Amino acid sequence: MVNAVLNNATGFIYKSLVIAEFELRKLRHDFTELITRALQPALWLLIFGQVFSKSGAIKTGNLPYLDFIAPGILAQSVLFIAIFFGINVIWERDLGIVQKFLASPTPRGALVLGKGLSAGIRSLSQAIIVYSIAAFLGVKINWSPFAILNVIVIVILAATLFATISLIIACVVKTRERFMGVGQLLTMPLFFASNAIYPTAMMPDWLKVLSHCNPLTYVVDALRSFMVVGSASTIGIATDYAVLTLSTIVLISIAARLYPRLAI
Amino acid sequence: MMHTLPNKSVHPCLRQDVMNDSVIELKALSRRFGNLIAVDSISLCVKAGEVFGLLGSNGAGKTTAIKMLTTLLPPSSGDALVAGLSIKTQSVGVRRAIGYVPQAVSVDGSLTGYENLLIFAKLYDIPGREREKRIRETLEFMGLSGDGRRLVNEYSGGMVRRLEIALSTLHRPKVLFLDEPTVGLDPIARDAVWNLLMGLRDKYGTTLFFTTHYMEEAESYCDRIAIMQMGTIAAMGTCTELEASFGGRSHSLNEVFSHYAGNSQETVGSFRKSSTDRATAERLG
Repeated sequence: MVNAVLNNATGFIYKSLVIAEFELRKLRHDFTELITRALQPALWLLIFGQVFSKSGAIKTGNLPYLDFIAPGILAQSVLFIAIFFGINVIWERDLGIVQKFLASPTPRGALVLGKGLSAGIRSLSQAIIVYSIAAFLGVKINWSPFAILNVIVIVILAATLFATISLIIACVVKTRERFMGVGQLLTMPLFFASNAIYPTAMMPDWLKVLSHCNPLTYVVDALRSFMVVGSASTIGIATDYAVLTLSTIVLISIAARLYPRLAI
Repeated sequence: MMHTLPNKSVHPCLRQDVMNDSVIELKALSRRFGNLIAVDSISLCVKAGEVFGLLGSNGAGKTTAIKMLTTLLPPSSGDALVAGLSIKTQSVGVRRAIGYVPQAVSVDGSLTGYENLLIFAKLYDIPGREREKRIRETLEFMGLSGDGRRLVNEYSGGMVRRLEIALSTLHRPKVLFLDEPTVGLDPIARDAVWNLLMGLRDKYGTTLFFTTHYMEEAESYCDRIAIMQMGTIAAMGTCTELEASFGGRSHSLNEVFSHYAGNSQETVGSFRKSSTDRATAERLG
């Protein structure tokens, strides 16, 4: 009994990794995407970050504004990569690739988790870029291996979560046009109703409540406490991890149920 | 609606010649989409090693039937056994036992042929030590030995189809389902694809269940065919039986087809379907 459960679990993880491998092998043949994606976080840090740092309009206590915003920009670029991930699935549906995977004995949940993990590994390239620019701008980065390991885990977790939301949208709307619409509609509210570029303390009460329902807030909070020196989590690392892990699991099980709709 | 054919009153699975070793068995299989009955209670049997063609005009329900048999679409009522397993309650087992070549292109162009095969070898649990050998053999069998390391984007239409068949047969399925396998291919590529499919049947005893619009394909390669019209089976039998069912005079299968499938213009189908069809034809052609 225990053995069977264990076999199922390892099988599930293995299949998820195979799906992630499928996605990442594409990247190996053509990685221009990763380079063009580097531009956006660079702009946010170099222009927005520098200007607001000088203006002093956003009070971040003892933490310099650039140190405050760097983890926020990393979280934002992970969000932007992952939230449009579903468009690939719509493309694969218009071909016959989704149908092909669904007709194979691969668990539906593994199809979803694998896609999410591959978005996570793509996002790590963003982490490298944000780290480099931030270091260049004099942000006091926490280079301890433990902190970096945590950042890697949080980035992968966050990308998996947002990529899964994206897959759910794709399964519901099914066309590229509608998908782009919903995607656009979602990204800005998620971004602005979070603590990415200003502390929640500055928000009006209604926005504070909203931002605590926003997974991005927990991502930023966790990243901030590991990525830069002198910044503590305001929510609590354990809570961050718990919220992110639980919502990812719930979202994956929803997406796994909806995924077969793509074949119809 | 069923035209007079030998043994027409007997359930197809009870016919002496198919009762022993049927590998596909449809039992009043039906699928509705809202008010539209896409597949209306069809029952039929296919023997192991048989080449079975499902014919019919656009919108007759062929693709819906094949999607139910490959477990992509749950039936509204009825059931089917594929390799002895129910598509409703044992769908994972069915998926292990079958291969499926969808009508649209189902390999990834941004990977090499080898990589496409490698991913599916892993998904079908082909053990690590056997994987390389199996992939090499399959590429060889499909006449793609020299092309494994090339990106699929650079393949011709016929090569893409052969790779898709390779992908679907790596795990040596009992049944291979193909949805219009030769759509968009030139006659030479079509022949090549059919020679390989026949080779699969001869070498591994794979049962082939496919849909097509091309009468001459059905005539040359099928052991038996069924003609669908508006979700039902209008006629079923060997090509000779169907031609003979018209009475003593000789009739071509094309005439038989127009009789059963109706030669009226199609009124069902969808924009999405026809745009996918054309995109597929374009990509392969």
